[in-house]
Amino acid sequence: MPELSSNLLLVAFFLYLLSTILFAVAVTGKKFRNRQGHFQNRSGFLGYVASIIGFLFAMGYFITRWIAAGHAPVSNMFEYTAFLAIMMSFALVIIYTIYKSDILGLFTMPVVMLIIVYASMFPTEIQPLIPALQSYWLEIHVITTAIGQGILAISFAAGLIYLVRVIDFTKRNKRVRGVEFILYTILCFVAYISLSIGFNVAGYEAEFQYINENGQEAMMEYPMPAVVGPNEGQLLTDQAMEPFLSAPSIIESNDLNTVVWSMVSGLLLYWLIRLAIRKPIGAVLQPLTKSISPQAADELSYRAIAIGFPIFTLGGLIFAMIWAQIAWTRFWAWDPKEVWALITFLFYAAYLHLRLSRGWHGERSAWLCVIGFAIIMFNLIFVNLIIAGLHSYA
Amino acid sequence: MEKVKCECGHVNPYGTVICESCGKPLQDEGKSLLNMRYEGAARRSQTYKRSVVDHIWNFFSSVKVGIWIIVLLLVASGFGTIFPQVEFIPPGENPAVFYENEYGTIGQLYYLLGFHNLYGSWWYMLLIAALGVSLVICSLDRVVPLYRALKKQRVTRHEGFLKRQRVFGTSRGLDHEGEIEKATKVLNEKKYNIYEENGNIVAEKGRFSRWGPYVNHIGLIIFLFGAMLRFFPTMYVDENIWVRDGEQVPVKGTDGQYYLYNENFEIELYDEDDELYQEALMREGSSVVETYRTSAVLLERSDDGIVGSEADYEKVKSHDIEVNDPLTHDGYSIYQVDYKLNELSEFSFRLQSVADDNGDVPDTEITVDLYDPEMSYDLGGGYVVEIEEYFPDYVFDEHNQEPTTATRIPDNPLIIFNVQTPSIPDGEKSVVGVQTNEPILGENEYRLELSGVEMNDVTALTVRLDRTLPLLIVGGFIFMVGLIQGSYWSHRRIWLQQKGEELWVAGHTNKNWQSLMKDFEAISSNTNIAMPIDQVEEDELEQERQYQRRRDEDQGSDVDA
Ligand code: HEM
Repeated sequence: MPELSSNLLLVAFFLYLLSTILFAVAVTGKKFRNRQGHFQNRSGFLGYVASIIGFLFAMGYFITRWIAAGHAPVSNMFEYTAFLAIMMSFALVIIYTIYKSDILGLFTMPVVMLIIVYASMFPTEIQPLIPALQSYWLEIHVITTAIGQGILAISFAAGLIYLVRVIDFTKRNKRVRGVEFILYTILCFVAYISLSIGFNVAGYEAEFQYINENGQEAMMEYPMPAVVGPNEGQLLTDQAMEPFLSAPSIIESNDLNTVVWSMVSGLLLYWLIRLAIRKPIGAVLQPLTKSISPQAADELSYRAIAIGFPIFTLGGLIFAMIWAQIAWTRFWAWDPKEVWALITFLFYAAYLHLRLSRGWHGERSAWLCVIGFAIIMFNLIFVNLIIAGLHSYA
Repeated sequence: MEKVKCECGHVNPYGTVICESCGKPLQDEGKSLLNMRYEGAARRSQTYKRSVVDHIWNFFSSVKVGIWIIVLLLVASGFGTIFPQVEFIPPGENPAVFYENEYGTIGQLYYLLGFHNLYGSWWYMLLIAALGVSLVICSLDRVVPLYRALKKQRVTRHEGFLKRQRVFGTSRGLDHEGEIEKATKVLNEKKYNIYEENGNIVAEKGRFSRWGPYVNHIGLIIFLFGAMLRFFPTMYVDENIWVRDGEQVPVKGTDGQYYLYNENFEIELYDEDDELYQEALMREGSSVVETYRTSAVLLERSDDGIVGSEADYEKVKSHDIEVNDPLTHDGYSIYQVDYKLNELSEFSFRLQSVADDNGDVPDTEITVDLYDPEMSYDLGGGYVVEIEEYFPDYVFDEHNQEPTTATRIPDNPLIIFNVQTPSIPDGEKSVVGVQTNEPILGENEYRLELSGVEMNDVTALTVRLDRTLPLLIVGGFIFMVGLIQGSYWSHRRIWLQQKGEELWVAGHTNKNWQSLMKDFEAISSNTNIAMPIDQVEEDELEQERQYQRRRDEDQGSDVDA
């Protein structure tokens, strides 16, 4: 069963890829005027169908893994992150029925694929549940939250479309740099994934002995060559690289090292692309976005938040509180994960109120959509891995 | 203050921007699109600006201020997660030194600024209070006028009102009546409510969604109010009890009304041979707890009111308390939170003669209850063992230079015995503890040999009473209803009006213009009425085209030069 489950996810991944390609064809290819005078393109529809089938296969993964594990597969980093990506594709499927926007599909699907691959960098084996997680509220709370976040993530895709659509890439200013920075961040994830797979295939491993934050000797493994070594680290593995720098003891230096590798390689990747195309990446994407009016992109990004916000609030705050009351004896504990869910909530509340004022539609609103998604990813990655609290993930 | 009479005859309250009845713009005569917020109704905050009350009212009713409050809360909350809050630092640590030792100077600053207890700080509370006040005032400021304006609106609207709607269009030379009838049918199918007057119609849908924000704000206010009640006595109980196997303790926080008996505590580990989890358990490297549970019996004390009489304990219910499955009764919940296995509970000793020639030492075992030891044990034949001092959790107090006990839990028991025998009636002293058994002065003739150790499991339970929960549930529920009401529906209006030769159409929605345009598409594809334009979208595209043209020209001249 676990085998079947991961194969289903693999199939889903390739269907998402197919859907991306079809959406790309739809956006770049010729369009035909139909009887009502609307422009239409069959491949957009096919891309949509592929995304639905991909989503169904992904749900196949989810259900079979649930059956195999005996609990919903949302209880560790791999499972939750993959599920979030699946829910993003679900959100696209829903929002496409309202707006029929191929460009939205083209911007969303690659993000979905990237997150799925990112998820599979974490340990993927089925884990036993600690007592606090043994409750049907695990399923209710986490699934609802992921649906909400998945829909909110669509506003990121739409916001990015808006920015790429309206920004003048012939200029050199903050706005251009901002969009390029978003794209660079995405490239860092690509770099991280490639490096992880690469070093893993090459069988790289370096072991260090070091002095930890309690002043004791400990061991640490590096999956990538150590640029930043641990505190007073001593390399134990033969033929591994000696670090250039050493990190203070309170920092998990192997994680820091991975982050450094990803950021530097992301930069390299970015400049390679820039060298090849000789203009900002946004400028290359811009023609794709011409099929949508800025107003429509703006509305799309707002609509995703209007739909996602109540669901996120229900799952991430209300169900969370109910469960916390049962499992932790109190509905609110000011645990970092909880606080960041509250911050997400407050952020989108501020967004909704800002849109009541003039001057906060359009571009500013689009930047906010990007920041909102950054907060969600921050809560997923940084808070889980670095500021871990009562939420015992990963 | 004087009221404003519109040319249609309607008398509007002072401060009205758009006539409540016909929609004539009363204040600005410009050409730009009408600002339709709150239907242009008179709001207190926009009208009165004199007294102190006005100023406070206006301050808190401003959305800008509201947003600032939300953003400040957001940023402050974020700061609280940089380092752990004081309740999450390891138990027993002194925060004054912990933050500095662990996180250096920044940690010390964090502590000194009070960020280690951020969410309980007065200024965080003040921000939440400001949010509450703002919610009340901003909602009152808007909901009443909005309600009035939506109730008073007439079907036939002023020209200026229609022209200056975002979606507007005209058609010429049509059979007005017939087209309006066809359009009415389309709109009926789309579940619009149709109101007619003098051959004009307004189709309206989803007005109730306009109340969504106010409903959700009310829910939020109730929730915040409920959260505040916590600080009143009797509303909230938060106590911890430790109960040993086979022990009965009063349930703290219930004024001695309830008692809890721990029949048995047990812990189950995941089976390491289980194929499903094998890989994960290997990675973990240690065993993982599957369940821990206390088989508990809740008892109620009933005494007949006579002072000094023996109390009766009546069984109320028994329940296996596990994480996620508390015992609840009478509003109280008792939760499984922690445990300690193998806590020392009894030491047994036998008295022996060191030189083995001191006559007949009685072969009796004494058992010392480490929770509550008896102080004297008579072995008969003149042999008496006395406990001089007992430290359940022995530490040496450096400050006062004397032995003491850190807690009352026997984690590191240390006993000073005095053994009286026929040959030494004054007794000789020895100190016995974990891995110690020594005479205090010189050599002793007798020695208490440790002959048995008993251990016990202890369960940690939290007692909780939270009488604010019902209010929080009501508030949360109302909040969700309002949120859904305001988010998943939108308030759309479509006006169809005959203006001489022309048929005018105009549309307004409080959100989702693309969806409104789809309704217009449905009208225009089923009637001869021309598709109106979205003036905002059109303006934007026009600006873009102009910009593009200018840029192309610029580039053209660059090439020339
Ligand atoms: C965290 C606290 C708050 C939450 C969660 C919240 C939530 C909401 C939501 C969901 C909407 C509907 C927005 C839309 O449909 O686009 C809304 C509207 C609104 N909120 Fe809040 N709100 C909060 C605090 C405040 C505060 C403090 C103020 C006061 C300044 C305020 C003033 C308004 C106003 C004026 C509206 C528009 C009402 C209308 O369209 O008729 N809100 N709020």
